[in-house]
Amino acid sequence: MSDAPFYFAQFLTGLASASSLFLVASGLSLIFGVTRIVNFAHGSFYMLGAFTAYSLVNALPSGIFGFWSSVFLSALLVGLIGAMFEFVVLRRIYRAPELFQLVATFALVLIIQDAALWIWGAEDLLGPRAPGLDGAIEIFGERIPEYDLALIVAGPAVLLAVWLFLHRSRWGTLIRAATEDREMAGALGVNQSLLFTAVFFLGSFLAGLGGALQVPREAASLLMDLNVIAEAFVVVVIGGMGSIVGAFLAAVLVAELNAFGILVLPKITIVLAFIVMAVVLIVRPWGLLGKPQAGQHGAGEPEQPLRPLAGLPLVAALIVVAALVLAPAIAGDFMLVLLTDFLVAALFAASLHFIMGPGGMISFGHAVFFGLGAYGAALLVKFAGAGMIVALAVAPLCAAAAGVVVGWFCVRLSGVYLAMLTLAVAQIVWSIAFQWQDVTGGDDGIVGVWPAQWAASKAAYYYVALVLCLGGIWLLHRFTHAPFGYGLRAGRDSSLRAESIGINVHAHQWMAFVIAGGLAGVAGSVFVFSKGSIFPDELAIPRSVDGLIMVLLGGIKMLFGPIAGAAAFTFLEDIVTRLSYWRAIFGGLILLIVLAAPDGVAGGFARLTTRWRGKALQAKP
Amino acid sequence: MTTVMKVSGLSKHFGGVRAVQDVSFELGENQLLALIGPNGAGKTTCFNMLTGQLKSDSGSILMLGKEMTGLKPRQIWRLGVARTFQITETFASMTVSENVQMALMSHEREMFGFWARAKDRYVPDALELLMQVDMADQARRPCAELAYGDLKRLELAVALAHSPRILLMDEPTAGMAPGERKSLMALVAGLVGKGGVSVLFTEHDMDIVFGHAEKVMVLDQGELVAAGTPAEVRANPLVQEIYLGQPARIDQSGDEGAADA
Amino acid sequence: MTRFVSLRLISLCVAVLAASAAAVVAEPIKIGEINSYTRLPAFTEPYRKGWQMALEEINAAGGVNGRKLDVIARDDAGKPGNAVKIAEELVSNDKVSLLFGTFFSHIGLAVADFAKQRKVLFVASEPLSDAIVWSKGNRYTFRLRPSTHMQAAMLAAEAAKLPATKWATIAPNYAYGKDAVKEFKAELKKLKPDVEFIEEQWPTLFKIDAGATVRALERAKPEAIYNVTFGGDLAKFVREGSLRGLFENRTVVSLLTGEPEYLLPLKGEVPVGWIVTGYPWQFIEDEVHRKFVDAYKAKFSEDPKMGSLVGYNSMLAIAAIVKKAGGTDTEAMLKAASGLTFDSPSGPITFRVADQQSTMGAWVGKTGLKDGSGVMTDWRYANGADYLPSAEEVKKLRPAN
Repeated sequence: MSDAPFYFAQFLTGLASASSLFLVASGLSLIFGVTRIVNFAHGSFYMLGAFTAYSLVNALPSGIFGFWSSVFLSALLVGLIGAMFEFVVLRRIYRAPELFQLVATFALVLIIQDAALWIWGAEDLLGPRAPGLDGAIEIFGERIPEYDLALIVAGPAVLLAVWLFLHRSRWGTLIRAATEDREMAGALGVNQSLLFTAVFFLGSFLAGLGGALQVPREAASLLMDLNVIAEAFVVVVIGGMGSIVGAFLAAVLVAELNAFGILVLPKITIVLAFIVMAVVLIVRPWGLLGKPQAGQHGAGEPEQPLRPLAGLPLVAALIVVAALVLAPAIAGDFMLVLLTDFLVAALFAASLHFIMGPGGMISFGHAVFFGLGAYGAALLVKFAGAGMIVALAVAPLCAAAAGVVVGWFCVRLSGVYLAMLTLAVAQIVWSIAFQWQDVTGGDDGIVGVWPAQWAASKAAYYYVALVLCLGGIWLLHRFTHAPFGYGLRAGRDSSLRAESIGINVHAHQWMAFVIAGGLAGVAGSVFVFSKGSIFPDELAIPRSVDGLIMVLLGGIKMLFGPIAGAAAFTFLEDIVTRLSYWRAIFGGLILLIVLAAPDGVAGGFARLTTRWRGKALQAKP
Repeated sequence: MTTVMKVSGLSKHFGGVRAVQDVSFELGENQLLALIGPNGAGKTTCFNMLTGQLKSDSGSILMLGKEMTGLKPRQIWRLGVARTFQITETFASMTVSENVQMALMSHEREMFGFWARAKDRYVPDALELLMQVDMADQARRPCAELAYGDLKRLELAVALAHSPRILLMDEPTAGMAPGERKSLMALVAGLVGKGGVSVLFTEHDMDIVFGHAEKVMVLDQGELVAAGTPAEVRANPLVQEIYLGQPARIDQSGDEGAADA
Repeated sequence: MTRFVSLRLISLCVAVLAASAAAVVAEPIKIGEINSYTRLPAFTEPYRKGWQMALEEINAAGGVNGRKLDVIARDDAGKPGNAVKIAEELVSNDKVSLLFGTFFSHIGLAVADFAKQRKVLFVASEPLSDAIVWSKGNRYTFRLRPSTHMQAAMLAAEAAKLPATKWATIAPNYAYGKDAVKEFKAELKKLKPDVEFIEEQWPTLFKIDAGATVRALERAKPEAIYNVTFGGDLAKFVREGSLRGLFENRTVVSLLTGEPEYLLPLKGEVPVGWIVTGYPWQFIEDEVHRKFVDAYKAKFSEDPKMGSLVGYNSMLAIAAIVKKAGGTDTEAMLKAASGLTFDSPSGPITFRVADQQSTMGAWVGKTGLKDGSGVMTDWRYANGADYLPSAEEVKKLRPAN
């Protein structure tokens, strides 16, 4: 029994962490619930909250009043920045295809990273402890920091305040109405633009508050944004998108499991939250307190019917292919390396597009297949002594096999929940690669996986990549135009109709996962031989997000969208990383593209050519 | 007259609400049978159980001599039962013709084909079906551009693609202009008359119901309260009482049907 | 001649100018540099300033063998795949004679393997992983900074002098943390066989759940704690630990914590009396070092950090290699680098023949507070050479190549 005080104190510690987690997650949940925007920049708002609070605490007179006004003012400031972003950028792209807005938030993440570096410098900034709450008190002989107790109160207090706001105020009622049914809210005469701005303000305010309240606990650092965003999403999804109470329960669940988990298995924290999320999603596909998402049909213009590649587009495609085939004759070694990178990215993006476009299934974890293809090849070389050809042939099968397993679970979900399950799977596999040092080398990775002698020259390996990647893209193109691809699109357009003409929608989606997985695996195995080494990074969230951005940036409704997106992303990134503050420049460029072409690069291009053709036709007598 | 569908003791409740209660009826071969009732009577729930979208709590559904309860929509379709939806369900990203081709490819079990070009499969057959519903001239238009009435006709063409023995139509004319309604139902009646297909439909428009149905069943609060020829049902005092609160429903062929759907 | 911000156009102009001037002045020696500048600016910026300063000094003195040095520095954004791509560009487009840089161990390993494949000299400046010179070592890769093993061994030597026998460890859950704990345990057991390790905590890198972790350590009631966390994790750990009394009556031995990069952000909350490795730049009276510090402060109006010294020494090492090789032929440079000794603010440094690890050492001492800021006290310079295994042992660790 002597352990009871210890466990009680551990429980309190968990509650304090839960409050921190809840504050970030609540704003994210609110924003998603109403606007359906997956806001990657939420972590950046949290980071801004911490930095501004740090500056304000030091600028204002020290003391209780100064501290709490700094916290409040930072939250307010961050709320205003969020509202401004909604007003200036997002408002212009609400009619874009589903999820497109997340590209804009991704750009904002990049811009805020460099802005924070520019304003606050590179060093971590440790703020003062909270005045009046800087000690610890003993509870049953265990020391508990006073600030932890303050946080334990703050979490539920914010929950109560938000709940009262949502249930007792006119604005809150409108927000709830919009969460339940956007069209309905619109029909009720709600000024939707104003509502969205308000929600963005409130959500960002909460993120800023969460960051500001961390100042007495941790240093404001440039890594805060990315460190918090994944976990915040996990909490939101476990709780159920749009449910504030759910987010609170989820935060408590995750934080307590963490607090007690480390007593048993200290290394588990690296992946615990994602395991919890995967289990919750499999058992309750809409999170603890979430509701099924109504209306799976994406916003914006419906997709145009598929046309076989013919005429001008065919000529253009052939010219591109011819140029790629002839490239080694004129391009130097580095250009070939860059083109190989592009080919790998293009196949990776195209395979993701296959499940996202025709399949209508969003994935935030597509890197898992890419990484398994890469690791499969590297392990075959290292442990089985396989040659390059064998590795390139077998590794994609590993990725496809993963597609069988992942797909089986995923096709039972839809929308963002499906996306988050793929993310959870990717994180779990990532943590295995990261931890299993004996086999995968942990984060020291596997090195020395270079092409066979005959393909050692850059040009020779470029052709290997060209054949495999273009071949993969061509296969995907073929499958999309085949009855299977039509069946997949049928399931996406109307699963009711598809099922009632005998189409097994789940089987199509499942198979799509296997195909996309296998071909992402091809991209991964081509990648590993081009780099000579593989690290868990290739399974991690940034790799998945890169793919997602390529697909969305390229234009999800066009078959050549992912290729255009991969080209834009690969070459732009290569150019801008030469500059200082390149992240802000890159983010700015992406924002420009987003605003100029809300249907993606390919969509914008297609519109231009149609307009040009229209003019040409008019010009004819 | 042979029976193609025999429903007995069909029930369904949601929470404490009884949506459908002990419904039994038969659909004869080449019959045009209407199921009517005020809003919330349980027509759509009933329909969704027949098509496999919803699981019934109890009861049995025999179609073409086979027990259908517990089967999935796609399995029921394979057995020769087609349906249309109250609010049309079509493939918006495909052309009109492709929508029909999908049903044809599915019937030929080609959906897991990875090589053939879907666009070129069964084009003449699709055109023929579209001709039946007078849509041939729109075959190459994107489905998303169609007017609502045309979508309804397209759905009918899709439903007819695998020459079903039974056709279930949930409010086939809802949302159509009055003129279109008549021609659509005339088309359906013609199909039934030609033989081979039996139709069960629900409908708000009483002109349509009494003008075309051979037999009419009335559902109220989840229970079947009357059945018979149109004349019998029209004369039934219970039915009149049910509809008294909503005289518009039984007296005139108003356009409100769509709004209520 | 540094051009970190190098647009294609500018580099083209420079190339044209350089070509026209080639008749008069010898062509500069091009050197490629890769680091995670945007991912971890707090550590890589001082490093960049360090090598920039050395570069300017070398060029002002007429360069090496009559040729100036020209460094092309690039950001790998923290992605190993990018680092390899950039390495390829530096080697095949920019025709650099050698590569240096990298901070993250895995990126260091990726570039080291690239160097082996492309037969290019690579001076790994900052990555700490032992694998770079041992299990995944190759003849093209030389590493400058004292490795995980060396720094852990320095601390183990101090720890062995303590009476404590019951130890707990806390380290970030990734290769560096794991290696640092493994090496420390092995070295300490060697020196003091009666020690026990009774608890270990493995927080996720930069995501420490500090309160819960501190309590888990406290529960085990260790006599001493070995800490490997750093950066933001360290700040949280120190705060939560001192609030909960974890450090009371316990000795803490802590890796790298004495480096200004990690010490300064803790401000007045630096825990006093921790035994650490680090860099007490304020107090080192050696003349070469004094000159380095003065020049650095004058040039950048800020205090040097550990990274500054590593960056500075990297450039010195490269200049010494090129000078001894008499040119930029890779084989000649490899031959020159092996066993090369050069002078630096850290004292003479040698690249060992056996494993190509430099003998650059670290300062071992205690943490203290001076004017509200963290400093090191009771420090001594631990020469790297004393904490490295013998040539025979190393032979077993390195793959034959």
